[in-house]
Amino acid sequence: MTIRQQVLVLYLATSALDSDVVGWSAYDGTGRTSPTTGDGDEPPYRSGVHALEDGWRLFQAAQLIPPYPGREYDVSFLKHEFFFERLVETETGSGAGELRRGRLRSAP
Amino acid sequence: MTHTWEHTTGGPLSSSVRMARFVAHGSLRLDAVVPPEMNAEGMQVLRRGLPDVPYGSPVPDAYPKGSFARRLLELPVVAGALRSLVGPDPTVDHHAVHIREPREGQAQPLHGDAIIDVRTDAFDVQLMYYPQDVTLDMGGTLSVPGSHLRRTNESDTGRYQNLRGQSRLVCPAGTVVFLHHGLWHGGRRNDSDTVRYMFKIRFNPTVRQRRLWDTSDLADPRVAEELATTFPWYEPATGRLEIYNRVLMWRALTGDDTFDLDHWVTRVSNRPQGEAA
Repeated sequence: MTIRQQVLVLYLATSALDSDVVGWSAYDGTGRTSPTTGDGDEPPYRSGVHALEDGWRLFQAAQLIPPYPGREYDVSFLKHEFFFERLVETETGSGAGELRRGRLRSAP
Repeated sequence: MTHTWEHTTGGPLSSSVRMARFVAHGSLRLDAVVPPEMNAEGMQVLRRGLPDVPYGSPVPDAYPKGSFARRLLELPVVAGALRSLVGPDPTVDHHAVHIREPREGQAQPLHGDAIIDVRTDAFDVQLMYYPQDVTLDMGGTLSVPGSHLRRTNESDTGRYQNLRGQSRLVCPAGTVVFLHHGLWHGGRRNDSDTVRYMFKIRFNPTVRQRRLWDTSDLADPRVAEELATTFPWYEPATGRLEIYNRVLMWRALTGDDTFDLDHWVTRVSNRPQGEAA
């Protein structure tokens, strides 16, 4: 048995972990699934706490950083980013990682 | 040599309400505006590919009269929308045929084209033409409504896979979409067995982008309603800043420095200079 990490990134409406999900991303270290950009319209959980209740472990939360002086009205990246992980037992590694590392990214 | 294109083209200009919707959404979608016979021809043209054009080419130089691209741009509804956004005689920044191969496995990361572009009083538009019906599994372009004013650079947004209220394009053949240059977008993974084609042209304005559309409805209350649109992916606090920035854009486009929505700009600009009596 081998342990692999699954990662879930939730973007929340405020800095509170129990606020609503407004965006999400997923990465699967088991290689069983291949989440990608634009693959769904419905968030996996309603809030960050709902992800905790389902067994995801929070390991990073975005810091609260004051606006840069003079740029207080700028809009840029999403502010409230929370990283979760789940450790999953697999029989063996999938080997898919080597393939993915070798693939060329298509031009935008 | 005079490269005037405008005098040969015309079409219905956009209304103020439609322009306000563009300022809020960052895109303007025109469904099935290209006729079927042109779409059939378009598929052939895109399969063959188009030669590059020099950056900044006037339309008549980039696309000779009678060419497919020229006829596409001279469709009245396309010509009118383009003129409303960037004015007469825009230049062609560049163009590209985008192809999403069947079962290709991966989507493009969410990105804005070119490099970070923070102009507040001017903008480019990107015309995207879809010559075939696009179904959900064909990986139609993902775009994020209301993301065009975000100050981010190219694919630095690649970490964002899905945002609530995103648009996964499904459209009939002959659809044309105009995007503000800053809009976050990307080609989605094509999970079908069909090759998907899209033709993109980026246009640069050559005139000041002020009141280029049909402004006879400028006072229509629906203008403010469109500009106040909020999107499900906005964090509520930042969503207020989006409205603030939209007001500034509308002021630039109309020349009306008093325009506001719910006092957002007026309030934080208020610095009375008069002394108390």
